[in-house]
Amino acid sequence: MAAENQCNCVQTQEEDLYPRLNEIIGEHKGKPEDLIMVLHKAQNLFGYLPKKVQEMVAEGLNMSINEVYGVITFYNFFSTVPQGKHSVKVCLGTACYVRGSQKVLEKTEKALGIKVGGTTDDRRYSLGVVRCIGACGLAPAMLVDEDVYGRVKTTNAMEIIEKYE
Amino acid sequence: MNRVRNHVLISIDAGTIMAGARAVEKALTEEIVRQGLSDEITVLETGSIGATGQGVIIVVYPEGVYYGNVTVQDIPQLVEEHLLKGRLVKRLLLSELPKQHVVTKEKTGLLKEQPRIVLRNSGIIDPENIDEYIAREGYEAIGKAFSLKPEGVIEEIKKSGLIGRGGAGFPTAMKWGFAHNAPGDQKYIICNADEGEPGTFKDRLILEGDPHKLIEGMIIAGYAIGATKGFIYIRGEYSLSIERLEKAIAQARQYELLGDNILESGFSFDLSVMKGAGAYVCGEETALIESLEGKRGHPRLKPPFPAIAGLWHKPTVVNNVETLANIPEIIWRGATWYRGYGTEKCPGTKVYTIIGNVATPGIIEAEMGTTLRDIIYEYAGGIKEGKKFKCALVGGAAGAFLGPDMLDVQMDFANLKEYAAVLGSGAILVMDEDADIVDMLQSVLHFFKHESCGHCVPCRLGTAQLVKVIDRIAASKGIKEDIEKLSNISDVMRDTSFCPLGQSLCLPISSALKYFHDEVYARIPL
Repeated sequence: MAAENQCNCVQTQEEDLYPRLNEIIGEHKGKPEDLIMVLHKAQNLFGYLPKKVQEMVAEGLNMSINEVYGVITFYNFFSTVPQGKHSVKVCLGTACYVRGSQKVLEKTEKALGIKVGGTTDDRRYSLGVVRCIGACGLAPAMLVDEDVYGRVKTTNAMEIIEKYE
Repeated sequence: MNRVRNHVLISIDAGTIMAGARAVEKALTEEIVRQGLSDEITVLETGSIGATGQGVIIVVYPEGVYYGNVTVQDIPQLVEEHLLKGRLVKRLLLSELPKQHVVTKEKTGLLKEQPRIVLRNSGIIDPENIDEYIAREGYEAIGKAFSLKPEGVIEEIKKSGLIGRGGAGFPTAMKWGFAHNAPGDQKYIICNADEGEPGTFKDRLILEGDPHKLIEGMIIAGYAIGATKGFIYIRGEYSLSIERLEKAIAQARQYELLGDNILESGFSFDLSVMKGAGAYVCGEETALIESLEGKRGHPRLKPPFPAIAGLWHKPTVVNNVETLANIPEIIWRGATWYRGYGTEKCPGTKVYTIIGNVATPGIIEAEMGTTLRDIIYEYAGGIKEGKKFKCALVGGAAGAFLGPDMLDVQMDFANLKEYAAVLGSGAILVMDEDADIVDMLQSVLHFFKHESCGHCVPCRLGTAQLVKVIDRIAASKGIKEDIEKLSNISDVMRDTSFCPLGQSLCLPISSALKYFHDEVYARIPL
């Protein structure tokens, strides 16, 4: 997610985003084939895809909500729970895994007090895993927002994460 | 106009950005201005030069000197010493051979003896400038293709013997021929850039380093099969690739190389970029098509094949990035020239990503038929810290483990098949004597469990069972029958799964057990 869209997860601000969502949906009205594109844009806007957004998208693209929900849950990229201000993703690709990324992940889960897919109570961080991002030469790799960190260790993962306030 | 004395290329790819390339680039530009050299020295961005794990990389032309691990602090010295006074900054020279003073391209181990077809411009031109591509004979092949007519283009590709580089090893000309002959008023060409095979990042580097080559390849492919519309389905995470690709498409439109009546040929063609949303199975072509239609990426039943009924049930060709990047060179230089590289059955080159316990991991392009030994020891500098080679996982997670007896086998699509192995995506993960095979298998199986799309039972349940078994073995809580269970489940999956995702899991399992049965067995308590 682009950095400029990251503070939009607070409830009161969410209401203000619906007119913009309506515009986006309007550009794709009645076109179910554009669903993934619309979801990308909607998630960019809200930071996640709440139920009301799903309903509006379904209605606008002329499809059932369960089809929309089915697509959202199929792809890794989409989330139905609010995301933290910063997204932390640990690469579990083969090269990273072999070099201990699973341990980095476990340590991070413990330190943040959340599981993969969760968001901290203060909505500062969301934790996830990512498929191979091609940083195998620097395994294990971790993504914080758009920044890639290589050769992450259990000892310095939190240090990196805490730089993001 | 001022005479430019030096070109300084800075490699901007995901790896170097991670190492701080943007900040170094900014510092470099500012320092050049400060020293009053901006009329004489041009700074250009380029794609990956093929080395990874060497920090920010800068190349100075015309000398052809490579600097690695450059930081912002190094810039004043680099500019003053090299660019102003013409003296090399030895401590920053990128070299696998520390004794050498000047490391030219020919002498940098990683780039040695690489015939470059696909990566011809990568790391040499500015990928964001269409004129640089054109200066390297770019977009010449389009004109030639138009003079050959669609049938002639397909014939030329057929003569070249080009095999699709996506992993399945299907002849490209045959696919094109089917779509060309299929009846239909609307046809589509799709580029599969949903690179998701663990350890593979060749497509990303092609897209970042030379996006126009892909665009030109797609125009020619579209012309050959009669498609007026092309899609590039790309991983959502590849933000730099997407940005460069969109820029390149806009430039091509401006030059009227995309759009209506291209070069007055009567042929119209346009391209769109579609962002994927993260699903490994979408690398399978029919699942990709479903996803492009906005649906869950479940594979379709074949036949009908996409060449007959693909996107919106219209004739569609899905080609890999690397396949399409070969096209302009083949058309421009001819099939005979192309056949001068590689083997009889698989001409040309293959782009490999070589990672794991090797001295210089990175991306290389080698002729088809190059042995694993040459790739590891000649191109990648051998095993790290002089350790012994244990095995290599070739072809990505859905590939096979190759042991020492396979080091001298000529690698191409046809030949590896005879050894029950695959070239796949071209990922080579090298493991030294200390690597743990159970750990590797565990990673591969967890990956497949996560990425199984749930469409068919054998794959959905099979991957879950395999993970249970391997977790048990890894925790030293396995039983003797577990090893047999791994084989049995994966064999059933091979025979009954709906798509290659489930079918190919038997490869890593059977090959791991072939070489390392005893090592796995040793983890089982007596």
